[in-house]
Amino acid sequence: MKATWSRCDRIDRIVSTLTQSDVKRIAELARLELTTDELDLFTRQLGGILAYVEQINTLDTTGVPPTSHVLNRPVDREDALQPSLSREDLLANAPDAAREAGLFKVPRVIG
Amino acid sequence: MTVLRHGYGGQDSAQDIAAKIASGETTALATCEAHLERIKVLEPTLSAFNTVTAERALARARALDARQQAGLPRGPLHGVPVAIKDNMCTTGIPTTASSRILRGYVPPYTATVVERLEAAGAVMIGKTNLDEFAMGSSTENSALGPTRNPWDVTRTPGGSSGGSAAAVAGRMVPLALGSDTGGSIRQPAALCGIVGLKPTYGRVSRYGLMAFASSLDQIGPFTHTVADAALALQVIGGHDGHDATSSSEAMPDLLAALTGDVQGLRIGIPRAFLGDGVDAPVLAAFHDAMQALAARGATLVDIELPHAGYGIPVYYLIATAEASSNLARYDSVRYGHRTKIEKDDTLLTMYERSRDEGFGAEVKRRIMLGTYVLSAGYYDAYYLKAQQVRTLLRRDFEQVFASVDVVATPTTPTPAFKLGEKTSDPIQMYLNDIFTVSANLTGLPAISVPCGFSAERLPIGFQLTGRLFDEGTLLRAADAYQRDTAFHLEVPN
Repeated sequence: MKATWSRCDRIDRIVSTLTQSDVKRIAELARLELTTDELDLFTRQLGGILAYVEQINTLDTTGVPPTSHVLNRPVDREDALQPSLSREDLLANAPDAAREAGLFKVPRVIG
Repeated sequence: MTVLRHGYGGQDSAQDIAAKIASGETTALATCEAHLERIKVLEPTLSAFNTVTAERALARARALDARQQAGLPRGPLHGVPVAIKDNMCTTGIPTTASSRILRGYVPPYTATVVERLEAAGAVMIGKTNLDEFAMGSSTENSALGPTRNPWDVTRTPGGSSGGSAAAVAGRMVPLALGSDTGGSIRQPAALCGIVGLKPTYGRVSRYGLMAFASSLDQIGPFTHTVADAALALQVIGGHDGHDATSSSEAMPDLLAALTGDVQGLRIGIPRAFLGDGVDAPVLAAFHDAMQALAARGATLVDIELPHAGYGIPVYYLIATAEASSNLARYDSVRYGHRTKIEKDDTLLTMYERSRDEGFGAEVKRRIMLGTYVLSAGYYDAYYLKAQQVRTLLRRDFEQVFASVDVVATPTTPTPAFKLGEKTSDPIQMYLNDIFTVSANLTGLPAISVPCGFSAERLPIGFQLTGRLFDEGTLLRAADAYQRDTAFHLEVPN
């Protein structure tokens, strides 16, 4: 029970201090270049959503195992070659590609 | 709206249509033409479709008629027009998930469910609108604009599979597929006055479905009759080697399960969970439906689901975490929208700007929330905690299913809401899913069945949830209800 309460306290602190720079950091992790308007909106809305979901912290889950998947079972298959899509098909939707060389093109990565 | 009565009469179920084609009363081609004509008339008002594949459908219908004339075997859906939610891949046909980031994307492969429908003789007539990447409850988060509810075009059809629901409710097709991650089949089915089935997690292959939240997503049918839903699941369900989460559990004969007999069936009603925030007409229609089932011999049992009230927060933590990971694949390298590259742009700028331009607001909001709850320092407090409460919710249902056969609730707290009514407040929109998210979190099968109308003649639905892989009991109870009622035969006017 003690552990649960300390966890709650921690979350209160997190929510009250969710700032625009936090949201900017999340956007970087998510590879999203947000506009200033989006930063404002998401700082407000994410704060609101986090405050709402906090209600689950009123539950004591000490010793309760997490569910990541409802049908937990190993899925094995033989490691055998199977037909796959052609390189041509896979390159067909690329925004930029060197089709004859069979490559996707992106901006220069290494200077 | 007399326009809705124009053209094809639309009272026929998928089974009726297949029977009429089989007997020679009509042909696949005539059926296809009639449905395309109805789409032509209604589509400008409803915007249910992203793509109508008319030429392809007509060619296929002709080929099916030729097969029949040659005396070749017919599938159970021979000549039945169907619509597919536009987040399921179809070779050579644009598949956009109603997102700018996938504008112009043409998949090189076809989803297993579409292959199975076609192998059974169905004629795909188009791809339907959705909330972008299936994230939403109103189909308003579509980059292509909202779909409208055939019962009142100032209201939403629900979502995220709103296009498929409107297409069936508007009698543009008798059968459509949707995907359900938190209620995206059942909620629009209820709001559009039709049947919507979310099968057990793992029952239907997701190969070719654009992933939103992989531990929750499931594909299922929209129909008018429960018998059609049973037939559709029979066709699309069963193991598929292309989907590692697809179950090899044996598929029973679902049509044979529809005996009409609910004598002794125990229906659990979580009364405490039905209190706050449910519209009076919805509750009244729900209780009438329960009385109708009781009159057929079912027993109503009071039950408790102490953790069901936590479903929405748990759902939004888990679904967004999984979505943030699944949507990382939209990097503008292999497919999808790429920003205009300037001279000094780096790979990172390309990712960040392409994704900002390509995704809509709700998708970004969910990617952001999911990224946050998975990030270092917050994982235990949010994501792990939500997974633990998910276990508590599963235990609630395990306990309840020791003494009842199905659990009943309304499908939604209210009938269809107005376009624009909830778009500015994400939490209000999320609360629409209060009764539906539990089935996704627990993996259980659930169905929404039409059970009445509000004073404004807006449809109301009730939901039954069954044991894992026990769609048979679920469908038997829902079908028994339809034998005594005619709500599913009402047509929008």
